[in-house]
Amino acid sequence: MKLNGARILCESLVKEGVEVIFGFPGGSVLPLYDVLPQYPQLRHILVRHEQGAAHAADAYARVTGKVGVCLATSGPGACNLVTGIANAHLDSSPVVAITGQVAKPFIGKDAFQEIDITGITVPITKHNYLVLRADEIATVVKEAFLISGTGRPGPVLLDIPRDVFIEEANFEYPEKVELRGYKPTVRGHAVQIKKAAKLIAESQRPVILAGRGVIISGAYEELKELAEKVQIPVITTLLGISSFPEDHVLSLGMLGMHGTACANMAVDGTDLIIAIGMRFDDRATGKVSGFAPHANVIHIDVDPAEIGKNVRVTVPIVGEVKNVLRSLNKQLDNQTHLAWIEQIEEWRRAHPLHIDTDSDKIQPQYVVSKICDVTKGNAIIVTGVGQNQMWAAQHFCYRKPNSFVSSGGLGTMGFELPAAIGAKVGRPDDTVWAIAGDGGFQMTIQELGTAVQDNIAVKIAILNNGYLGMVRQWQDLFYERRYVATPLSSPDFVKVAEAYGMPGIRVTDKSKVVPAIQKAMKHKGPFLIDFMVEPEENVYPMVAPGCTLAEILDDPRKKVRIKVTPRATSNL
Amino acid sequence: MTKHTLVALVEDRPGVLNRVASLIRRRSFNIESIAVGHSEMPGLSRMTIVVDGATTAVEQVRKQLDKLIEVVKVTDITQGRIIARELALIKVHSTSTTRSEIMQIVDIFRAKIVDVAADSMIIEATGDEEKIDSLYNLLKKFGIKELARTGRIALPRGGAAGE
Repeated sequence: MKLNGARILCESLVKEGVEVIFGFPGGSVLPLYDVLPQYPQLRHILVRHEQGAAHAADAYARVTGKVGVCLATSGPGACNLVTGIANAHLDSSPVVAITGQVAKPFIGKDAFQEIDITGITVPITKHNYLVLRADEIATVVKEAFLISGTGRPGPVLLDIPRDVFIEEANFEYPEKVELRGYKPTVRGHAVQIKKAAKLIAESQRPVILAGRGVIISGAYEELKELAEKVQIPVITTLLGISSFPEDHVLSLGMLGMHGTACANMAVDGTDLIIAIGMRFDDRATGKVSGFAPHANVIHIDVDPAEIGKNVRVTVPIVGEVKNVLRSLNKQLDNQTHLAWIEQIEEWRRAHPLHIDTDSDKIQPQYVVSKICDVTKGNAIIVTGVGQNQMWAAQHFCYRKPNSFVSSGGLGTMGFELPAAIGAKVGRPDDTVWAIAGDGGFQMTIQELGTAVQDNIAVKIAILNNGYLGMVRQWQDLFYERRYVATPLSSPDFVKVAEAYGMPGIRVTDKSKVVPAIQKAMKHKGPFLIDFMVEPEENVYPMVAPGCTLAEILDDPRKKVRIKVTPRATSNL
Repeated sequence: MTKHTLVALVEDRPGVLNRVASLIRRRSFNIESIAVGHSEMPGLSRMTIVVDGATTAVEQVRKQLDKLIEVVKVTDITQGRIIARELALIKVHSTSTTRSEIMQIVDIFRAKIVDVAADSMIIEATGDEEKIDSLYNLLKKFGIKELARTGRIALPRGGAAGE
């Protein structure tokens, strides 16, 4: 069957089970857009900025487990995808980004809307392709989806020149593709698993550190079995949130810079860390030289390059988390660690998370906890970056698997709205709440148009404090309250939403918080709430940069505060 | 030994060298040299990379290279018995008075003179880095006009298990 490149691409995407493309047209991709309507299986959602397409595809992938697809034209269109691609790269999200390119004779001549996007994205993609022939498209697509969606997932970019879309070739979708240089390890090594089982059996004060790898692998049951069988407390990284139900008696919440006190204290005092699908990022470990000083480390990860990168590992196990845990669980007997768990409970009771109930202003943490109450925890929470992100991580009780979407590695402000759109498109039967700050929200605010045009019923909660909150907090704590370039003015967000055709409410009174959330939930389409919150609230607890997880700064308003035993002088 | 020799088999496709170089730069790996050319397998090139083990985590270099889709295999051959060679072209300043002394040095090193001009000679030398370094140091006093070195290529000796 002879088809043009544009049709071959569409046929190939259908073969890969693609159902949604987030995109924005332009000259170099016109031939592709022209044939799209002939493929009704490929629903196209028009964004307002290509960054929105990339974030939407990313979040769609995270909540569905499928590969997300975004599409942009050459030049500025491709450049606008870069942040979103980098974001997907750092958080290991499977995204295939397709960009148009100028016709082949123009490549390398500084043509109109020409940019070397394959060169630009080399450091931020798992792999990328410049497709020079229409008869290569089918194979390239199959390879791209294989690379993107397997092993440690990541973005793959396909750059396709305009004349290749028009060129005709025989379409035949390959049964299999062989990549000599790509053979991800699926099963863990039996000897290593045995060693790990032995360490676990001998440990007195073990902890599990669960990261996004658990969610990617879908290993919720296996993780639970491990924790319950051997009675090991479960701590998550930021991106590991919702890998383990937070209302479970063994859940200690998140560790790290803004982790719970009991999680950080447990990591500091543990004799065995079972790290599963996490990469010992600096936000999680604090000062690495002082991290878990008494602990052996079992590191289970599908990416061998992460093992030993930041932290010395006693037993490395390379493989897919689900498979490894299954094999590991078979080798373990029931155990208890009563004294250890009692100690952790004592820490938990003594140092709970704090919400200031004395103030009559709206506390941002209160808003998050009320969203949790009203939804009964049945929602996907998509966050921005900064204080809003940390409060969303801390004050919502994540009971359902894969219900937390956040930009962890890159920390991209403005992720929240387009990502919420992508998440809702991926799981339309779930409630999706975007939790934003007033600063980040303005970075991708134009995607309100996307939500309205396609009637994507995202619920938006803006924690509006008139500042770039997290930066202001650092200026407060470390720069003697010199607030430089952090107070920022915003438009009336409700008016902006209404101008786009979306209803909204502004909330200034504590008593109106719950009714507003209920109103948003009742409304059958997208809805925005602008919460005017306490302007100078800080995120606690905090492990300051350069400090170990034992050196925890607690809320100065609490009656019982954590006694800090500094082990090293922090240098900022 | 702080210098490690990594040998990578990579797909012989445009842009592969760029990907490897980009990886080395962005992870701040300290590389002494890279040499790449066709291997005995069609479609695959052999890349020899010398890493300064004193300042760089060699195992990380190996693992990160291995992650690249177009890198098929990476081995650290430093510990085994290897043959390592480098080629150098040295253009040295020469006069009628210095010419014979230079030729004597060239002879001792079993190097070759491949070009003679009125005021210079080009010497071709192959050997391990130590030999090239020694030759270069001895010729310095005559005045070096230009130097071109390929960087190390290496193969494990025959009869070794595995690679």
